Amino acid sequence: MSIRRFALAALAGALISGPVAAAQTLLNVSYDPTRELYVDYNAAFNKHWQAQGHEPVTIQQSHGGSGKQARAVIDGLRADVVTLALAGDIDELHRMGKLIPEDWQTRLPDASTPYTSTIVFLVRKGNPKDIKDWDDLVKPGVEVITPNPKTSGGARWNFLAAWAWAQQQYGSEEKAKEYVAQLYKQVPVLDTGARGSTITFVNNKIGDVLLAWENEAFLALKEEGGDELEIVAPSLSILAEPPVAVVDRNVERKGTRELAEAYLNYLYSEEGQRIAAKHFYRPRNQSVAAEFAQQFPELKLVTIDDDFGGWKQAQPKFFNDGGVFDQIYEAR
Amino acid sequence: MNTATLAAAGVSRTRRGAPWGRRLLILAAWLVFVLFLLLPLLIVINEALKQGFGTFFAAILEPDAVAALKLTLIAVGISVPLNLVFGVAAAWCVSKYEFRGKSILVTLIDLPFSVSPVIAGLIYVLLFGAQGWFGPWLMDRDIQIVFAVPGIVLATLFVTVPFVARELIPLMQEQGTQEEEAARLLGASGWQMFWHVTLPNIRWGLIYGVVLCTARAMGEFGAVSVVSGHIRGLTNTLPLHVEILYNEYNHVAAFSVASLLLALALLILLLKQWSEARINRLKAAAAQE
Repeated sequence: MSIRRFALAALAGALISGPVAAAQTLLNVSYDPTRELYVDYNAAFNKHWQAQGHEPVTIQQSHGGSGKQARAVIDGLRADVVTLALAGDIDELHRMGKLIPEDWQTRLPDASTPYTSTIVFLVRKGNPKDIKDWDDLVKPGVEVITPNPKTSGGARWNFLAAWAWAQQQYGSEEKAKEYVAQLYKQVPVLDTGARGSTITFVNNKIGDVLLAWENEAFLALKEEGGDELEIVAPSLSILAEPPVAVVDRNVERKGTRELAEAYLNYLYSEEGQRIAAKHFYRPRNQSVAAEFAQQFPELKLVTIDDDFGGWKQAQPKFFNDGGVFDQIYEAR
Repeated sequence: MNTATLAAAGVSRTRRGAPWGRRLLILAAWLVFVLFLLLPLLIVINEALKQGFGTFFAAILEPDAVAALKLTLIAVGISVPLNLVFGVAAAWCVSKYEFRGKSILVTLIDLPFSVSPVIAGLIYVLLFGAQGWFGPWLMDRDIQIVFAVPGIVLATLFVTVPFVARELIPLMQEQGTQEEEAARLLGASGWQMFWHVTLPNIRWGLIYGVVLCTARAMGEFGAVSVVSGHIRGLTNTLPLHVEILYNEYNHVAAFSVASLLLALALLILLLKQWSEARINRLKAAAAQE
């Protein structure tokens, strides 16, 4: 190796690695509303990990719209684990990046979904537009805030919840399509991620109703003190299942498989479940769920697997190029 | 008194006949300045200090914020000197020589102005991302460009390319090549000519270009956002960190970090003013000798 090449390599090395960290690091690439959850969880996991006789780890977080984050991992963001908004986005890691095996969802309990959520409405205090259920969203003069289903996982759950209700209500796909088309006509701002929409609705005070993750709606209530907002539970919603996965290609390269697997497994522990519940995610663990039962409104929920044939069918039908969303949004 | 100041005096004398129109114009200029520039800045500072200096400094000294500041300074520290060299070289080429494809080169220098920053970021993802042209090659050698510091530097470099060159090209074209030719005829070497003739002639434009370049490099959001990967404490620059804090309902911290960015910008403007004044003094001293 010539001196010049060596110098170049050394320079590149210095630029890329930066300060050499002694501790192992783990990068968790997640979606928008989980910021606060994982700040707490990372601290708890680090304690647990050290109690097992390991060195402390540096856990890095990255957040954004779920689809955008999946894209970044496919493009080379070196996530050890992904904790995204829906299975469809993690499927892409297999389909486009060959980063994980096809059967990734069977590797952890509950279809790799340690916690669930659902879609609810967040309205202004006193519910001035009298929004009670999905049909109220398309009343004239009601402005609906929801992110873009192309980039946001939460937005796709929103879309499917609306679709499920309309199909049950009107009894045909044609009618359901008309309903969601009208719904998106009443969206003045289409943000790229769930958090962007929440900020639009809560801070910038645009719109009459926000379609939101239940946890995101509760968090907004907590942050704003509950003086300005209230939550409305519709008659029917969808069980939102945000799954988690170890990114095999990356952990093998970095030698972090053991750490990454322990990190995800601990989400299913009682402590992990309790932290999730504290951040308004519905825990899977029965006893923890019972403990927090009164926190969550009771809702009739459809599921992605039973009512839409899973993400493998729902994604191309509704959200890929030329899908239902494109058809209704272009016709706007 | 030269003709320009005479003419200016003449103009102001005629304007004195209609002071209202003039005052109105000045008032309008001030109004726009206060309303659209000063007021928002004051609001930023006000929001930042809402809960006192304690929370303000806590937000700025928080490890993630310090990391973001460091990264921003690294990006500026690499991209500005490179653009300085490139800008001078490009302006030199374009203004002192005639060659084929010159107009194409000039157009290409302007390209980053016309291309949206998002696209500027995406081209690097398409080149160096795991699915990109060089992705597999880089992957095999464990070199990471996008979603790491090199990508952020590259994106910053791209969006700031035109600033120095754009300032210098018209200036150097106007100055022509006579002075340099004279220097060479009097026996100056290439470097001597550059240091003693060219550089003093262009220093104004150069300083201004560097100031603009630095300001833009610090504030760049779009392109950097695409290639950053948003890993906190690692690949977030100051503007990205501000967005994250704001999105976390952490308004005071967001505005604190924003005012840090603002302070940096003001510092650069002051540096520019100071160097201008200094150069002017030197010039005056030289003229007196």
